[in-house]
Amino acid sequence: MDLMTITELARSAWVVWLTLIFASILFWAFRPKNKKRWEDDAMMIFKNDKGDKGGHAHG
Amino acid sequence: MQTLLERNVVLLSIVTLITAAIGGLVQLVPLYTMESTIEKVDGMRPYSPLELAGRNIYVREGCYLCHSQMIRPFRDEVERYGHYSLAAESMYDHPFQWGSKRTGPDLARVGGKYSNDWHVAHLINPREVVPESIMPGYPFLAGRELSTKTIAADMQTLRVVGTPYTDDQIKNAEADMLAQANPNADGAEDTEARYPKAVIGNFDGDVSVLTEMDALVAYLQMMGTLVDTTSYKTNSDGR
Amino acid sequence: MSSASLASSAASDTPTYYDDLIKKFVIAAAFWGLAGFLAGDLIAWQLAFPVLNLDLEWTTFGRLRPLHTSAVIFAFGGNILIGSSLYVVQRTCRASLFGGAGLGNFIFWGYQLFIVLAATGYLLGITQGKEYAEPEWYVDLWLTVIWVLYLVQFGGTIVKRSEPHIYVANWFFLAFIITVAMLHLGNNATVPTLFFGGEFTKSYIVWAGVQDAMTQWWYGHNAVGFFLTAGFLGMMYYFVPKQAERPVYSYRLSVIHFWALTFLYIWAGPHHLHYTALPDWVQTLGMTFSVMLWMPSWGGMINGVMTLSGAWHKLRTDPVLRFMVASVGFYGMSTFEGPLMSVKAVNSLSHYTDWTVGHVHAGALGWNALISFGVMYFLVPVLWNRERLYSLRLVNTHFWVSTIGIVLYIASMWVSGIMQGLMWRTYDSLGFLQYSFIETVEAMHPYYIIRATGGLLFIIGAVIMIYNLWRTARGDIRDEAPIGLDTQSAAAE
Repeated sequence: MDLMTITELARSAWVVWLTLIFASILFWAFRPKNKKRWEDDAMMIFKNDKGDKGGHAHG
Repeated sequence: MQTLLERNVVLLSIVTLITAAIGGLVQLVPLYTMESTIEKVDGMRPYSPLELAGRNIYVREGCYLCHSQMIRPFRDEVERYGHYSLAAESMYDHPFQWGSKRTGPDLARVGGKYSNDWHVAHLINPREVVPESIMPGYPFLAGRELSTKTIAADMQTLRVVGTPYTDDQIKNAEADMLAQANPNADGAEDTEARYPKAVIGNFDGDVSVLTEMDALVAYLQMMGTLVDTTSYKTNSDGR
Repeated sequence: MSSASLASSAASDTPTYYDDLIKKFVIAAAFWGLAGFLAGDLIAWQLAFPVLNLDLEWTTFGRLRPLHTSAVIFAFGGNILIGSSLYVVQRTCRASLFGGAGLGNFIFWGYQLFIVLAATGYLLGITQGKEYAEPEWYVDLWLTVIWVLYLVQFGGTIVKRSEPHIYVANWFFLAFIITVAMLHLGNNATVPTLFFGGEFTKSYIVWAGVQDAMTQWWYGHNAVGFFLTAGFLGMMYYFVPKQAERPVYSYRLSVIHFWALTFLYIWAGPHHLHYTALPDWVQTLGMTFSVMLWMPSWGGMINGVMTLSGAWHKLRTDPVLRFMVASVGFYGMSTFEGPLMSVKAVNSLSHYTDWTVGHVHAGALGWNALISFGVMYFLVPVLWNRERLYSLRLVNTHFWVSTIGIVLYIASMWVSGIMQGLMWRTYDSLGFLQYSFIETVEAMHPYYIIRATGGLLFIIGAVIMIYNLWRTARGDIRDEAPIGLDTQSAAAE
């Protein structure tokens, strides 16, 4: 199989594999099991942030 | 797997690199392997030493930032500038100079459209020949002697990256450079034999000194003139 | 408990952050930002009044334009990116910088040297002749060294982190560092002529013609995608939540955003080469992915803006937050315009015209610069350990002056670009082209003046910011009425 055939193949199948990969990322992100973890991860930037708050707020 | 990714920076880096590399590989690799990328045409040859020096000045001054060298296959562009550009016509261009902006007109086929005198006057002061022009003036090109010493090194380097310069062409680089700008020189015929269709002429009106102006005008006068586009037939596979 | 054990437990809780290093990057960003804006406005005036080119080789548009683009992208953008990423990675990993201040300072001064080498080269006519990749081989090599060290410092800090999870901002910074390295190496593969006794400063790129064109825009488009987008999104995902004092709207969306953006962006390069001699199949591929790219871009925009959901009132009292939110708004606007312009039918009109220039500046001024200003307003009081900024009212003035400047810029370029594109293809009743090229150049004149005026306003805004930051660093506080006090107290009642 030369490069030409591989390119043709990849081009005709890209919708399929793109969808598959994307679906698995969606599954991962929206899995109920992971919900709590994402929320914790989003909050982590506020832990131990003494002294590096925005300049507008209480110092 | 996912948890692993979030916790392992090396793995995250590698997967990111692969994800980001796929698109480029799919688009770039076939351009080198598929023969249909560059049309088979007659007439293409590497730049003559003087044209090459002129092209280097074109690059140095950033002309590509305002002038494209890529005519698109639209009726108005073909009428304004000439036959649409072929991939083969830039096959010896390191780097390509297709450009991305037309603050000034396209130059892909400017060769032969204006006289040498017009180009020189226009480069020295664009507003003298085109009053509304917003192009910068390049008077310093006319007064500056062209260095001939490094042109052979330039051609040898280009040969390394794939331009088919012959030993004969490299050996005669300096002589060809001088001869192309002096129609009365002894070697002018040899130069033309080594570089078919090369425009030989006294570009800046002064044969005593070879200037950067000579080189730039020689480059401009050959642009788009090598391939006979009237004999080129569009194939059904694209352009 | 002895005082010694107290001290050590405190030390393990908050590691030493190398903030003096971040200060340097912030100062450098302010300096190069102003220089880059000035160069940009000068060349904008040159297009309106060509006499400003001075007919000298060092001052022509062709040599100053790379100076402008490199100064704003790599000097201004690069310094704020490296500085803020090193700030963020320390905080989110709760670790001090890998390699310490020594490595950090080497990266800082090495990067400034890269900028100076590149800039002086442009003025002297030393260039590779590839847009946004103009520096010659020796500057490219030096940047490669610095960039690898930057990756080592950033990645090393993540490795030694004391937080289990790697915060999403760091993913974006990491993708920015790695992908830019890949693009840089691929697009700058050159052979110097000195191997054959040629000039030291000259090299030839190994790619030719159509392949070089594709490699160039694979690089060029993804310099936008990973330098000006992924890196700045890293800033957005940390500083917008911090300034708004609430977590990002949806962390899971940010994860999807990351993978979709990283995968899709790289394919979009060919939309810079529509209808050229590049094979049609590549153009079609580029167009398709460019349109798809609209999805993750807007996913990211929504995520940034909706972080404020339930706290919209903060926009009234906090002009720094306003900078950040407006920047995300401009990001949304230009990532809608981009896919539109990548559709071949639209591109046939917009390509080669000022519309492209306007689009770039909607992203560069609206998104990159505004969020950088927001981040600088955030960082200076923190780094210099000040209670607050010198003046929030000046921040507000800066916001409006620069926003008006951006609107003037974008609007004038829309009009001139679409007008010029239409004039080029207009036929008269006899079937001849109606306008000569120079007539279309003449028609641009008023819009070039409006554009340059918009740029001038943007510079004035930047000067106001630098004054404000300088007074803040000195520890001054301006005696002024708080912003939006009336509405705030009304809301409280």
